[in-house]
Amino acid sequence: MGVDGFRILLVDDEVEFLETLVKRMKKRGMNVSAVKSGEEALERLAHDPVDVVVLDVRMPGMDGIQTLREIKRRDPLIEVIMLTGHASLEVAVEGMEIGAFDYLMKPINIDDLIYKAQDANKKKEIQKEKIRHMEGVESEE
Amino acid sequence: MDKSKETKTTDYPAFFRKRIFIIIAVSITPMILVSGIILYQFNRSYHEKVHAHLAELVLKHKQNIDGFLVEKLGNIRVLAKTFSFEELSDESFLRDRLEMLQRGYGPVFVDLGVINSQGLQVAYAGPFKLGKALYSTAGWFETAIKNEYVISDVFLGLRGLPHFIVTVRDNWKGESWIIRATIDFVAFNNLVGNIRVGETGFAFIMNREGELQTKPLFDVMPDKGPYLEFMKTKLKEKDDVQIVERKDAFGNKNIYVAAFLKGGDWLLVYQQRASDAFSDFRRALRVAFAIIILGGLAITSMAYLLSTRMAYRVARMDKERQMMDEQIVETGKLASVGELAAGIAHEINNPVAIMVEEAGWIEDLLEEEDFKEGKNLDEFERALKQIRTQGKRCKDITYKLLSFARKTDSRIQEVHLNDMLEELVAISAQRARYSNVTINTNFQSNLPLLEVSQSELQQVFLNLINNALDAMEKTGGKLEMSSKVEGDYVVVGVADNGPGIAKANLSRIFDPFFTTKQVGKGTGLGLSICYGIIKKMGGEIEVRSTVDVGTTFYVRIPLAKEKEKEEVVATT
Repeated sequence: MGVDGFRILLVDDEVEFLETLVKRMKKRGMNVSAVKSGEEALERLAHDPVDVVVLDVRMPGMDGIQTLREIKRRDPLIEVIMLTGHASLEVAVEGMEIGAFDYLMKPINIDDLIYKAQDANKKKEIQKEKIRHMEGVESEE
Repeated sequence: MDKSKETKTTDYPAFFRKRIFIIIAVSITPMILVSGIILYQFNRSYHEKVHAHLAELVLKHKQNIDGFLVEKLGNIRVLAKTFSFEELSDESFLRDRLEMLQRGYGPVFVDLGVINSQGLQVAYAGPFKLGKALYSTAGWFETAIKNEYVISDVFLGLRGLPHFIVTVRDNWKGESWIIRATIDFVAFNNLVGNIRVGETGFAFIMNREGELQTKPLFDVMPDKGPYLEFMKTKLKEKDDVQIVERKDAFGNKNIYVAAFLKGGDWLLVYQQRASDAFSDFRRALRVAFAIIILGGLAITSMAYLLSTRMAYRVARMDKERQMMDEQIVETGKLASVGELAAGIAHEINNPVAIMVEEAGWIEDLLEEEDFKEGKNLDEFERALKQIRTQGKRCKDITYKLLSFARKTDSRIQEVHLNDMLEELVAISAQRARYSNVTINTNFQSNLPLLEVSQSELQQVFLNLINNALDAMEKTGGKLEMSSKVEGDYVVVGVADNGPGIAKANLSRIFDPFFTTKQVGKGTGLGLSICYGIIKKMGGEIEVRSTVDVGTTFYVRIPLAKEKEKEEVVATT
């Protein structure tokens, strides 16, 4: 699997989970970093933007939904994949309504996560392309 | 579900006995009191009536007999006054007189005799040969010569037959003489003997010495009984009648009614068995007792019946209440277990995720060249695979727990229950064939539509069908699915003829995590989830099972919601 250029930010309060996941994804050549809370994620995004955020729903402090909302407010192009240990459909549906790309249930299959992340990035690229195209059209006029 | 049998029961027999006692006491006491008072009053007035009747009877006869005696005496007195001693001393004349008397009054007068002051019978007319008989030493003569007229007691006399005589004294030439008439004893006896009442009532006459003057119908012992007491009694009025009741020598209670005759010389006694005299009363008493006993029996059996029914009802109500308590406890337990399960699911999911992740990391690392040559590589891979498998199992469990704890999700929609069940049967048909199970359906047509979550209901029945198929997996058997409307519920039955559920397990089958399946084969959540879903719908789920016979689950789904909705639609 070749190196994907896009950047992924993992957000989860479970440090052990994060560390292993980061190691495994890096081993698969992903450009991945991790933070432990919603607040940290927003702070990181402020000066170090990423393409895809993988966000745990249940976290102390800002929970997944709040963080998602804030991320989308700041940069709607960033794609967010919800990660939940919660089988509750409502939370997932709520996340999707706010603009999450998809959701995965813990324990996750790492390949699934990577595919989802790639899809999310692809979507982002398409969106970006569209916007660039529209901007180009506008500037040509 | 069988717990109610184990819980201690109220003392129903004692309750039952108390009930019976109260009902009987309350019903029978007034009955006995009223009957007793009425019978007592009736007894008294009936006695008075009988006494009055007998007193009148005796009085009438007393007057009758007294009248008879006075009349006979009068006849002889007329004879004495009308004819002289001389005339009457002529036996043929005397015979004429006797014939006249007998013609006029019947054969009451047996004979006539004229006796001079020395006691010699100077003339006699009659059937006996008593002419010239000397009576100077006879007891009656002494009395007769001293008194103007005498009616004697009964005696045998010269003729050797019981009789009594009427004598009248007169004077002729300074000498007393007596005319004597014998009264026919049989005729007189009949006067008294004809007094008959009932079966044992009879009358007789006795004199002051207690000698019988008439022949009583039944044996009488004059020296026993109240006769002598009657004699001693001084009566104010000459027409007074004495009445006593007492036992005779044979132990029978008798009524004695007595009246004096012949100015107190004789006593007319009437006696009758009390049982005979009061036979009407006794009969009434017997009827009354029969009614009381029958009534008592009726009351007792009614009391028994009512109390049995009441005790049964109370017992059933208690049992129902106990069952309700149990169910409430169970639902409460399920709710809290549900919350707990959700918590556990969340908390366990994360560490399991980490473990699976770590295992994945090791797998990743094993792919590096350094390890490819390791002699235990296969073992490592097997172990990691196992970790992944078990992690997945944990995941399944937590997912089920979460769905169990889930508050609401599926939409409420109109469900054709029979169609849904048919569908489920079709889905299960393949599996049933493998297990050699035949599925029979018995659905009531035209079931009303249900307003429930279709997917939840599917989950419930699929679970029940799968359980049944699991139970019959080895043996094969029959699965009976049925549906019918019962009151406000649709009842769906899922019956198998598998090995059944042991009694000890029956009360626990709805408990979360309870399973009799092998480790890894079942989570023990299926039925608790079913229970939760059905309860949420306002329905009930119930199980009946007999070991070696089979198990039947009944699911009751309420129709009420639909009705409510219709009402709402109708009112808006």
